[in-house]
Amino acid sequence: MYVAVKGGERAIDNAHAWLGEERRGDHDVSELSVAQIRKQLSLAVNRVMAEGSLYDPDLAALAIKQARGDMIEAIFLIRAYRTTLPRFAGSEPIATEKMACDRRISATFKDVPGGQILGPTFDYTHRLLDFKLAAEGGLTDAPEGDAQPGDVPHVLSFLDGEGLIQQEKQGAETPPDLTREPMELPANRPLRLQSLARGDEGFLLSLAYSTQRGYARNHAFVGELRIGDVPVEVDIPELGFAIEIGDITVTECETVNQFTGSKTEPAHFTRGYGLVFGMSERKAISMALVDRALRWEELGEDNLGAAAQDEEFVLSHCDNIQATGFLEHIKLPHYVDFQSELELVRKLRRDTMAGAGNTHAQEAAE
Amino acid sequence: MTMDMRNELPPAQAARKAWLSLMAKAPDSAMLALWDAQNCTPSFTWLRRPETGTVMVRGRAGGTGAPFNLGEMTVTRCTVQLDNGTVGHGYVQGRSHDKARAAALADAMMQGDAAEALQTSFLTPLSEQLAATKAKRARKAAATKVDFFTMVRGED
Repeated sequence: MYVAVKGGERAIDNAHAWLGEERRGDHDVSELSVAQIRKQLSLAVNRVMAEGSLYDPDLAALAIKQARGDMIEAIFLIRAYRTTLPRFAGSEPIATEKMACDRRISATFKDVPGGQILGPTFDYTHRLLDFKLAAEGGLTDAPEGDAQPGDVPHVLSFLDGEGLIQQEKQGAETPPDLTREPMELPANRPLRLQSLARGDEGFLLSLAYSTQRGYARNHAFVGELRIGDVPVEVDIPELGFAIEIGDITVTECETVNQFTGSKTEPAHFTRGYGLVFGMSERKAISMALVDRALRWEELGEDNLGAAAQDEEFVLSHCDNIQATGFLEHIKLPHYVDFQSELELVRKLRRDTMAGAGNTHAQEAAE
Repeated sequence: MTMDMRNELPPAQAARKAWLSLMAKAPDSAMLALWDAQNCTPSFTWLRRPETGTVMVRGRAGGTGAPFNLGEMTVTRCTVQLDNGTVGHGYVQGRSHDKARAAALADAMMQGDAAEALQTSFLTPLSEQLAATKAKRARKAAATKVDFFTMVRGED
């Protein structure tokens, strides 16, 4: 038995050269710039930032170009790059109630203070292909209205004021960080939220959908969905005070869920929370539903054995880079492993055949 | 740090916080175009050359509860010292070393005699550009605000 342990360098180099050529594609078509990807495929850029867990639109756009549009490959590139950077600090928690909202809707209150702001949404489009875009998109100028000054208050703060919704618990000022310490289960809510915020959109969407279909149903309403810019404030030790280090776009979803109550506690609503880098409302809503399902124990609900309630299942499988790393490694050379299995199967077959041969011989003798 | 404590910064620190925050958030191109137009080339030494790293951005569960780690963002920082001894810090969003250098130099110069001129020709126009971009976005958002009306029921 011969097992190759070296070789293939020339084949690999040539494969990568061809990858580069295929990435560029037909030279009659002009090359895509990183700026074009950043500005015109911005939702793809947002997804790579969210799941790559690094807010840098230029890097995310570059990763998408390099990965030929393969989102998980692009996310992988960002995760790998992130590990090369020193961590300067942790920020103050962002104040989403001070968000400059591009979009802000509530499915629970029609006349909510601050209004229902649709923003640049796909909602209410007819999902018909627009063949004008296949030619030249042209410039469209969005109409402008009268902006109201001041912050847009959180919708749930109105329920909060009446005591109708469960209060959020406070926690450690420095939350646990799964990029620094291996995740330990059971996880607390801050650790779960970090894991979900960088988790795979498709996986969380399916889990969230499963709760809506009846697997640990928790009757979610979108209390509020808001998208917009918030400043990130960081304490700078050499200055002795905090400065705003940047503006980031985030999507926040707060759900209002089925109420609980007992003999000692009056009935009140519960809540789920989603917060994601960029404009990413499908992911934010999914995150809020899964967050809520994972809170069953804290809220004194029954474990119905549903996937979305199973912290080990959700947190161990929501990271698409971990998942793809393990999944795809099985295509890489396993020659030695397989040779040993091959030998074993051959031996078992020989034994069985020999055994069967003996039985036949015995039968013939009888 | 609570909001109240932040509001209690002495005026000099509050002003410094304002200009550092403005430069940190300004788009690279806008900031560098305006900076280059200043022709500010003070001689200085590096106390810390530009380096790119990250800040872990935190959120709060439910917007109001326990802090959690949302994900990181890229940040570039550097520190300069002018020949007169003044130290300037540059902390900016993104990976531009040039922008961090400009921010550090401006921070140092804003602590000296050039402050007023730099405020007028650099920081104020930069601030106005950012405010105009923000205001335009807010007006577009306002145009998508829903006006509900109740359908009149035809029963009388």
